Amino acid sequence: MSPAAICLVTILLIVGVGAAVGFLAGVRRRMDLEQWTVAGRGFGVLLVFVLMAGEVYTTFSFLGLSSWTYSRGGPTLYALAYLTLAYVVSFFILPEIWEVGRRHGMQTQSDFFRVRYGNRFLTALVCIVGIAALVVYLQLQITGIGIIVSIASFDGIGRTPAMAIALILLVGFVFAGGVRAVAWVSVIKDALMLIAALAIGIGMPLLYFGGVGPMFAALAAARPAHLTMPGATPNLGHAWYVSTVLLTSLGFYMWPHFFGAAFTARSADTLRRNAVVMPLYTLSLAFIFFAGFTAVLVVPGLSNGELALLTLVRQSFPPWFLGVVGGAGVLTAMVPAAIFILTASTLFAKNLYRPLVAPVMSDDQVARLARGTVVVLGSISLCLAVFTSTTLVYLLLIGYAGVSQFFPGVVLGLYWPRVTTPAVVTGLVTGVTTAVFLMLTHRDPWFGVNAGFLALCLNFLLVVVVSLLSPVPNSTANASSDIFELRPSVG
Amino acid sequence: MRKPSASAIALALIPFAAMCFSVSLWDRVEPMLFGLPFNLCWLIGWIVLTPLCMAWAYRIEAARNASGGGS
Repeated sequence: MSPAAICLVTILLIVGVGAAVGFLAGVRRRMDLEQWTVAGRGFGVLLVFVLMAGEVYTTFSFLGLSSWTYSRGGPTLYALAYLTLAYVVSFFILPEIWEVGRRHGMQTQSDFFRVRYGNRFLTALVCIVGIAALVVYLQLQITGIGIIVSIASFDGIGRTPAMAIALILLVGFVFAGGVRAVAWVSVIKDALMLIAALAIGIGMPLLYFGGVGPMFAALAAARPAHLTMPGATPNLGHAWYVSTVLLTSLGFYMWPHFFGAAFTARSADTLRRNAVVMPLYTLSLAFIFFAGFTAVLVVPGLSNGELALLTLVRQSFPPWFLGVVGGAGVLTAMVPAAIFILTASTLFAKNLYRPLVAPVMSDDQVARLARGTVVVLGSISLCLAVFTSTTLVYLLLIGYAGVSQFFPGVVLGLYWPRVTTPAVVTGLVTGVTTAVFLMLTHRDPWFGVNAGFLALCLNFLLVVVVSLLSPVPNSTANASSDIFELRPSVG
Repeated sequence: MRKPSASAIALALIPFAAMCFSVSLWDRVEPMLFGLPFNLCWLIGWIVLTPLCMAWAYRIEAARNASGGGS
């Protein structure tokens, strides 16, 4: 067999085993809306851990980070900080979100806004921003699969057909099992990812330099500026680092799918314990950094940094190993992609279409519409992936600039009884508009500061000021201990 | 909603101070520790120390839940 064939067969085997496990996990249960989206709220510490870890370690960490380490250097360190700090933030907000979610039967992030603020316009707005951000994140994963398959086939399969194949696999995978399937495939995927990361992160420096230490010594001698900020970039310095770490660690759990993942937990304590141990998982990313830095010296001058990691593997290891790494990479893209597409389509069917267009739909009809939406949203992401070219990391930062604008509405909604609906709407609209404007006009970073972070500050300020300007709610409402009971439940 | 205790928040601010706000103090290559550039080694160290801070915060919150009658 040719190297390309060996490699592709290995990838196919790994993806096939993954899909089979997902299918078996889902097949024995009747899939109503509650099972499909939050798996009946029965996951313990371990399954929540793998589900959340599965959503954290995506193509972004695998190809995106190695690419930025290779082409930009120092600023990429922001990823180690923000993932760790995101769990610190989650310690305070996820258990509370879970608590109100259970009490009010919430399945999605928009449910949270609907129950807390009781306003259809705000709910729809949250829904639309959430779906848009998820489609961008989905595009990132599909682009990643395209890169992996085309390199693994030794450029025999083009990027576009590879991405189309990935999408078909993905849709089948989601139809088969919903969120339960995803959690179980996460276990396989994470095990493979860890093996691949260790083999690459330790193996490459060992092969070319005799160890990680000598590799860094060589890099520090040849390109010392690459190891610190702003690295190889003109404007990603310390102000960018601090603002980006704040934006992404605060925005992390504002992703609609993490709300969904939180609702799968069995108890609030499960989530609190998770928040304590999850940072340790970030350690596995360090190996991706080792690989990226090795590539700087071994395969210099690649025009597309996203090819760095796999090019390095391809020229250093036998084809079957490239297949294992590629298979791990494809699963690493598919598992989160399945979650994103599942979340976005549920949001569309349950929180946008039903309340606005067809209030009489039953839960079963909503579940069916959600499945149809999976195909539509997948196709949109595929088109975006084919026709636009943005780096993987920047795609994620665009998504973060959008979803982090929910932060004031969620956190003040949980802890501050005075926050009002008009204030949250004003803040959200201003925040999203500012972020989009700055990014589209290439003002990101703006004076060295992350554009999404500037938008978030403006948003937060507006929510507080507008809330304080509103009349104080009447005293009977204040007497209630649960601010989620203040408003009548609608929709 | 029950607000978290001040001591738990203070513990949570430690990793933020160490990994985020103080970047200009530790973003350097030298001295290399364990063969790693100083900034990378610093962040890896704090990835390990953060769960310790949060385990302490967890104990404080758990004790409060036990005595204060939950949220």
